[in-house]
Amino acid sequence: MTSFILGHYAYWFILLLLVIGLYGLIMKRNLVKKVIGMSIFQVAIILFFIASSTKWEATVPVLSGHQETIQTAAYINPLPHTLMLTAIVVGVATSGVAFALIILIYRRYRTLNEAELLKRMAEDDAE
Amino acid sequence: MMPSNTIPWPPLIYLFAGIFIPLAALKWRRLAGWLALVATAAAAFFSVVNLLRALDQGVISYRFGGWIPPIGIEYILDPLSGFVTTVINLIALGVLFHAHRSVEAEIRESRWPPYYALVMLFLTGANGIIMTGDFFNLYVFLEIGSLSLYGLIAVGEKKSPVAAFRYLVMGTVGGGFYLLGVGFLYLVTGSLNMGDVRNILFHLPVTPPLIVALTLMLIGLGIKMAVFPLHGWLPDAYTYAPSPTSAIMAPIGTKIGAYSIARIFFFIFGLKLITQVTPIAQVLAWLSAIGIIYGSILAMAQNEIKRMLAYSSVAQVGYIGLGLGLANSFGFIGALLHIMNHGLMKACLFLVAGNFRLRLGHSRIDRLDDSLRRSMPWSTAAFTLAALAMIGVPPTVGFFSKWYLALGAIEKKNWLFLMVILISSLLNAVYFFRVIERMYFRPVNSRQTSENLSETTSAEAREVGPWLLLPTLIFALALVVIGFLNVWIVKTILTKALPAVF
Amino acid sequence: MKEAENNPIVSLISSIVSPFIMLFGLYVIFHGHYSPGGGFQGGTLLAASIILIRIAHSSRTGQLQFPGNLGTPLGSLGVLIYYGTGLAALWWGGQFLNYAFLPLAEEISLRRSWGILMVEIGVGLAVMAILVSIFDDLLEDENHD
Repeated sequence: MTSFILGHYAYWFILLLLVIGLYGLIMKRNLVKKVIGMSIFQVAIILFFIASSTKWEATVPVLSGHQETIQTAAYINPLPHTLMLTAIVVGVATSGVAFALIILIYRRYRTLNEAELLKRMAEDDAE
Repeated sequence: MMPSNTIPWPPLIYLFAGIFIPLAALKWRRLAGWLALVATAAAAFFSVVNLLRALDQGVISYRFGGWIPPIGIEYILDPLSGFVTTVINLIALGVLFHAHRSVEAEIRESRWPPYYALVMLFLTGANGIIMTGDFFNLYVFLEIGSLSLYGLIAVGEKKSPVAAFRYLVMGTVGGGFYLLGVGFLYLVTGSLNMGDVRNILFHLPVTPPLIVALTLMLIGLGIKMAVFPLHGWLPDAYTYAPSPTSAIMAPIGTKIGAYSIARIFFFIFGLKLITQVTPIAQVLAWLSAIGIIYGSILAMAQNEIKRMLAYSSVAQVGYIGLGLGLANSFGFIGALLHIMNHGLMKACLFLVAGNFRLRLGHSRIDRLDDSLRRSMPWSTAAFTLAALAMIGVPPTVGFFSKWYLALGAIEKKNWLFLMVILISSLLNAVYFFRVIERMYFRPVNSRQTSENLSETTSAEAREVGPWLLLPTLIFALALVVIGFLNVWIVKTILTKALPAVF
Repeated sequence: MKEAENNPIVSLISSIVSPFIMLFGLYVIFHGHYSPGGGFQGGTLLAASIILIRIAHSSRTGQLQFPGNLGTPLGSLGVLIYYGTGLAALWWGGQFLNYAFLPLAEEISLRRSWGILMVEIGVGLAVMAILVSIFDDLLEDENHD
């Protein structure tokens, strides 16, 4: 049991990060803080993939010159890294869109507080 | 030399249009709509070609970059993906035909090129998700489609950015869960290629990480599909988006999630894993059944046609989920048929709602009266036909998908699901007849007429022009024609599209 | 963007650092196909050097260096280069993005190397343009709404 907990210590931190992100996403009232929570959530997923690719005493997976036999154990699995490159780009695009929407919301309602926003939207309906 | 291999063309054409429109529109802004229309027509043509080829030859794979599948990304063309791309692209063609005028009316001219470019990117994502045979590629296309949708929603009325933001938060979490699921799956199997994963899973024992992967994927795709407890983003997004956006995202958006669930859970993971090892199919079926009733009841409470249609979408997505969750061939056929039928019905209904908005300035149910049937006879007729199809009146398409779902429920001896299907038809009738009653039988109420100057009264409204009317009527007609053709569709296409497990 | 007070240290340092970041970005793009790096990373570095000038100097200087209305066309152009490479491979009889069919060199491995380089350049251009235009859009004045 202890070895299970200690052996996967990176994953526990990632889980913590994931929960922090979700907490920010759900509980925070400010829209910008929600986006921050969202980013933390995404970063946790990225770290999950990166952590899964690591090996002890392995090195960067760039081959120099021609080698006869390639020992896979000597290199870190590069696939999760390349995947996460794309995921990072998706994350950047998502935050970009989110901030654009936040600016639009602020211009229309003059607030970023969710409760206040809902109140003003309800006032709009009443008119 | 023109390559004869047309498999990857539908998404590629959309991608090309998506990047070419902003460039072309620098000089000619009006070109944007036409380019989008041409691209959609070409993509629809190629998807029909693909479908015919898939029916002829079975499963064909296309290797991107020439890499062999477990390493490279491959596109899979089989009757299922061919069928769904054909349906989606043909619906998109009709909707874009309609959008040509409704975008002019609802969106400022400077925003036309980005708007159409985003529509094209959304369709790229949709087609990519359907064709791809790679788990991570599916995630990328999912996000391409969703990111475009956020933008498409946010150009609507005043509340639309809030709706888009809510959808963005939900959608990103959904995508994140799916990606996390893919991560676990990759840890278990060491592969991202769908066919490869299926072969590896066949030999692997069931371990906790695999179950975690399944669950996370179900949650993620469930958010995109708007299965019952995860549907929170849908009503606002559909209501406040501009009408061309609602018309293109209602028939296509949620179907993609449904298709991914069908593809991943039935073709890749297989029946044993999702019915016996984990109760994923049962959970999906029960949630969908609750969603059907819940969506129908809330749809009755709405006072705005678009919002009513949005809640009705929650219910209709439930039918698809129920069909998949039944996990037998009748249920699966019903779900696939409903993907097509609901797409057609919702497209037709949202186009009519768009016509009302254009001519009346609103689409509130309590302001409609019977002068509408004289002033806009064709639109109201199309609405009535689509409403009958939603209820499931026999010659229309809606009947047949419900028929197969009911057969599936009977085969499973699950009488509760049968009751749900029957009761929801009744509820559909209740909320659609509210609108139909207003349009046909409610006499003009003079008190309401001069309430708002910016709105036209129903009596003063004119029927919309041919650009708007033609696609609406084509969809309405298709509801009946495809209803008659359904036996043929099921026999020639859908029976071939079933996963081998049934 | 508001005309901030010009702090001489900030503006001097950023003027000196910015070209080097740009150079490094170009290095990362052009060496991405056989060493760590590539279009995304290099494009981000290029964008960083441009955005640095925009933050540290007045927005007028920034606009002189990279006009804001270039963002969307350049972004589209970048993706078009990427797309065009794929399409060219399709045209010469391969699959989409199969660089081995590009008639750029005799040797297959060299063809792949050139093909991926073209893609990296396209991606780098697109990433740079889009990141800068995201930055510009977020700072846009209200009257542009």
